[in-house]
Amino acid sequence: MSTRLASGGRLIDRSKALEFSFNGKRLRGYSGDTLASALLAEDQMLLGRSFKYHRPRGLVASGAEEPNALVNLGTGARLEPNQRSTTTELFDGLTAASQNHWPSLDFDIGALNGLVAKFLPAGFYYKTFIHPRAAWKHLFEPVIRQSAGLGRAPVERDADRYEYFYAFCDLLVIGGGIAGLQAALVAGASGARVLVLEQTAHWGGRAPVDGVQIDGQPADDWINNAVQTLDGMENVTLRTRTMGAGVYDHGYVLADEKVADHTPGDGRPRHRLWRIRAGRIVTATGAIERPLAFAGNDVPGVMLASAMRDYAVNWAVSPGDRTVVVTNNDDAYRTAITLKQAGLAVPAVIDARAQADGALPQAARALGITVLTGTAVVGVKGGKRVSGVQLCPQAGEGGAVTQEIACEAIAMSGGWSPVVHLWSHCGGKLSWDEAAAMFRPDPARPPLGDDGTGFVFAAGSANGALMAGEVMGDATVAASAALQALGRPAGEAPVPEARSEAEAPLLPVWIMPQGAGPDLRMKMWLDYQNDVKVSDVQLAAREGYESVEHTKRYTTLGMATDQGKLSNINGLAALANALNAPIPQVGTTTFRPPYTPVPIGALAGEARGDIFQPLRRTPMHDWHAAHGVEWEPVGHWRRPYCYRQPDEATSAAVNREVLNTREKVGLLDASTLGKILVKGPDAGRFLDMLYTNMMSNLKPGKCRYGLMCSENGFLSDDGVVARIDEDTWLCHTTSGGADRIHAWMEDWLQCEWWDWKVYTANLTEQYAQIAVVGPKARAVLESLGGMDVCAESFKFMDWQDGALGGFPVRIFRISFSGELSYEIAVPASHGLALWEALHAAGQEFGMMPYGTEALHVMRAEKGFVMIGDETDGTVTPQDLNLNWAISKKKEDFLGKRGQQRSHLSAPDRWKLVGLETLDGSVLPDGAYAVAEGVNANGQRNMQGRVTSTYWSPTLRKGIAMGLVKHGPERMGEEIEFPKPDGSAVKARIVDPVFYDKEGEKQNV
Amino acid sequence: MSEPVSALGGAAYEGFCKVREIGPLGMLTLRGNIASQAIGKALKDVMGMDVPERRAILTEGGRSVAWMSPDELQLILPYAEAPAAVARLAEALAGVHALVVDVSDARAVFTVSGAGAREVLAKLCPVDLSPAAFGPGEIRRTRAAQTAAAIWMSGEAEVSLIAFRSVAGYVMGLLSTAAAPGGEVGVFA
Amino acid sequence: MLILTCPYCGVRAEEAELAPGGEAHLKRFGAGASDEDFEGYMFARKNPKGVHFERWRHAYGCGKWFLAARCTATLEVFGTYPAQTTRPPADLLAAIKAKRPQWEGIE
Repeated sequence: MSTRLASGGRLIDRSKALEFSFNGKRLRGYSGDTLASALLAEDQMLLGRSFKYHRPRGLVASGAEEPNALVNLGTGARLEPNQRSTTTELFDGLTAASQNHWPSLDFDIGALNGLVAKFLPAGFYYKTFIHPRAAWKHLFEPVIRQSAGLGRAPVERDADRYEYFYAFCDLLVIGGGIAGLQAALVAGASGARVLVLEQTAHWGGRAPVDGVQIDGQPADDWINNAVQTLDGMENVTLRTRTMGAGVYDHGYVLADEKVADHTPGDGRPRHRLWRIRAGRIVTATGAIERPLAFAGNDVPGVMLASAMRDYAVNWAVSPGDRTVVVTNNDDAYRTAITLKQAGLAVPAVIDARAQADGALPQAARALGITVLTGTAVVGVKGGKRVSGVQLCPQAGEGGAVTQEIACEAIAMSGGWSPVVHLWSHCGGKLSWDEAAAMFRPDPARPPLGDDGTGFVFAAGSANGALMAGEVMGDATVAASAALQALGRPAGEAPVPEARSEAEAPLLPVWIMPQGAGPDLRMKMWLDYQNDVKVSDVQLAAREGYESVEHTKRYTTLGMATDQGKLSNINGLAALANALNAPIPQVGTTTFRPPYTPVPIGALAGEARGDIFQPLRRTPMHDWHAAHGVEWEPVGHWRRPYCYRQPDEATSAAVNREVLNTREKVGLLDASTLGKILVKGPDAGRFLDMLYTNMMSNLKPGKCRYGLMCSENGFLSDDGVVARIDEDTWLCHTTSGGADRIHAWMEDWLQCEWWDWKVYTANLTEQYAQIAVVGPKARAVLESLGGMDVCAESFKFMDWQDGALGGFPVRIFRISFSGELSYEIAVPASHGLALWEALHAAGQEFGMMPYGTEALHVMRAEKGFVMIGDETDGTVTPQDLNLNWAISKKKEDFLGKRGQQRSHLSAPDRWKLVGLETLDGSVLPDGAYAVAEGVNANGQRNMQGRVTSTYWSPTLRKGIAMGLVKHGPERMGEEIEFPKPDGSAVKARIVDPVFYDKEGEKQNV
Repeated sequence: MSEPVSALGGAAYEGFCKVREIGPLGMLTLRGNIASQAIGKALKDVMGMDVPERRAILTEGGRSVAWMSPDELQLILPYAEAPAAVARLAEALAGVHALVVDVSDARAVFTVSGAGAREVLAKLCPVDLSPAAFGPGEIRRTRAAQTAAAIWMSGEAEVSLIAFRSVAGYVMGLLSTAAAPGGEVGVFA
Repeated sequence: MLILTCPYCGVRAEEAELAPGGEAHLKRFGAGASDEDFEGYMFARKNPKGVHFERWRHAYGCGKWFLAARCTATLEVFGTYPAQTTRPPADLLAAIKAKRPQWEGIE
């Protein structure tokens, strides 16, 4: 059984015991444990089930590369699935549960899949479930969903908060092992601004575990000194628990800091997403050990040799009393030696190489460990836990077991792969190192920055400098090169001498034994999490998948949450073998960010709840909220849709607001309308280019409705323009169009007519704007007093400045409802006060506020178009019968040339008409009118569509506007609109002005 | 006439930094050839200050002049003085191609004060806010999360931020969240 | 996430502060233009793999449009310059040519 050793454990504090639970069982660990080390110390060998076959699985690794030991972590509002127990720091009260099994971890019905594994090879789902088509949705998928999958998605709202942090530095060092620390020391001494990130809670990486000596001292001493030195440098920032997630264009880096994962509920943000812009980057991200592909390599108890060493040295955890080591290199002997020195039994080291005479094998032999060279593992005994290992010659086919050794754990090592992810994210290329059998960064082909030179420098093991003796020099070179690229002289930092035992070359072993047949290959796992075996990759190759990217997707190799950190190299070696091609020719799949998963919460940062998006509020927002408002989002604005009285339905409220405005007086918050000031000697000329109609001849004191088109000729915005003085105009835009139109104006002024003397200012938010609308509107204004608003001195389409009831206002006499109407602009900080004053003054006249829906109904009753309803980016002003607003005199305006194109000027375009259902009902919004015949796809031909449709409380029937082919020439004709339920409704084509055609109501 | 009210009526929050909505504050946009003698003189007459250099903000006696773009300055002064300042500038610039307009009511102004003030902003703005890169006397137009903002160091440990009035509640939420206790980052301190 | 220096305010701006505006140095053809000229102005875009001239606006900064010469393949930025010109500055063209001898020039 796995257990805690009586002494040792460089990262744990035995004086601080912690309690936690796994699948409801109460367990104990120590401060400094990971969840994985604590589980292993409590003899929890079986931690999960695999994705496809539900095979029992235990820990394989000790860090970010762990594919198996994923858990549901936490509960309720702090539940998070698929958390790697190896990177989860233990804390008191931690709750974890295993995943992907039913009904229990020990007895899992899904494991039956394993019995039929022979019939579930790569591509099985693609091949099997394609026919009949309907069965996928109703039969296959529900069943598969039940049996597959990882953890449970949380259902409660996340209890934690998250945030970003924008950081800038000259040099970013990713990885806090000895290479990263040395690079930081070199850069720190140069005075450069340095940021150093380490994904774990500890500095130093693997060196202390591997027994590296630095300048004659244990690695830990040098590490402590280095961190202290760096801590003392003002230009250096150190962050642990911060994972460099992705490297992007021009030195942009995302890093995920686990601020409070290990202290949940302490009030700190759970994660902080660092958005870093670095001048140069040193990736000192280390290397990951590769598993060996032998039959049964996924039985719980088979672990990476380095991981086993980590558990023993860092956390004093023994994987079992008897451990067999299987390797193709010298490094794994360190594990044998470590375990032996901890008092555990190591019955044998199985070495695939013909010879093993290096310093480490010799040291192992000196400790009495048997070394079996030229030997392979041909089978692993045990189901939920290793009970023994079967051996055969590596050179053979594994036909006969030559020896069997009882053991509780197997440590495997297939060599090391540099972590090249961050080097590769932004285009850094790799080269294949034949001798070390690994891909390493190719310094001649780095990712390129904005100056066209490389901005990432790999250091230490991440650069393929795997031996301790090479690391410090390599890191110094990387940091110096990065500093040189930044134009900084390297600082004075000594290059320490790091030493560890010399290692003899490894033997690339991609399959064990070398000639293993199909039966064995079916049991050799490559990708543990996604259950991809050597046989699956070979099948893919046989079926013609020659590209590694295609093979990946067909077999799902490397597509699990671990993104193939353990499986990629072994998988592509298996593919290369099957294709009989050299490994570099097969190449690697693409390394994509993030390096390890980042919570969605961290990516969202602060943007949730009330600050999910920038809601825009008018000065009267709170008043609306206090008066029964129903909101309508208009861009980021919130506008009142209507104001409901107690127990009033929404539609009833809208109808009441329309009728009250038509019969008495209404009050509308129009503050969101765009208001752009355009000023200068060339302002008139400029506006004549922007609007389809003439604005330069508008008289000061007057207003004019205008249209703006894109260069394509399509209607883009509309609004009332007021001429303020000789060289100043105020342009009103739609609520959603203010920023867009202001930017559009600036674009033309800056990039096309930069010699025109025009300045603009977006004053949208400077003014609250309030429309007083209805027959009693004048009376309300008069009761406030201060301005002469009588019909003679304040005419329709005039504007005037003045003091209304003591408020400094600008009043526009314009109307979007067909009623007598004054739009009053007042500085926003007086907006609420004026609104309240108007509302109070209006009470004796029966005033009620109204919202956007009443506004829409009233404008539709009057046949006024609305940008976004009648227009959709393909509609011209001519389509809307707005020819009167298109100047014939002007030589040019934006959109004029576009409108001259044959398709836009064709006579059979759909044009605006009114539509009246024969039965008085409301046409469905967006409904299409069908015509005779069918098109090439067998669909009914169309002849028009509904663009606006409402119940008119004024006319007591449904009214609509629509675009209909030859519409204006077909008045009185009846056309048919099919409804979603299969029925159809008939409507008559009529004049779009339904109400007060002569405009008598607004001209009083 | 009513008393002018700022967007949030002086809302405040205290976390590891203090966040306050201040104002109303007088603010003028002046667009024109800011290198011209006419504008230099008008500014001197009305504000008593010179035209600031690129990205600079000059402050004297509670009034500021900030460089916003090559043809735009922002003038900050007491709210009540804004209309008169507009009039005086317009008069001084009669016949000159320039635009002077009162934008006091279109804005919301915040201060973040305390040792961690730079960090609060660095959670929201894609700007290097380290003391080495951003100091007093500079104004930076940028974004705070999803909305436009202009920021400057208005004190030793105080950052001022101008945003659009309509998003004042959003900005207050941003700053309060960023300044919440426990959110100290500890990089600039 | 590109980084481009705004030639107006001098800020080395994060892409988050910028808004893209497509190909630079288009010549506008308005009313009276031939179909071919108008089509070219509205729709024909270069989309090269290599040196490209683009419009960017420092939207969250000083609000100004500027132009950038950039390699669409490597994302190398050769330079940025004010938008009030119909042609890239000569020294920028020379610098690009020096870095990319194979480049055929702006036309």
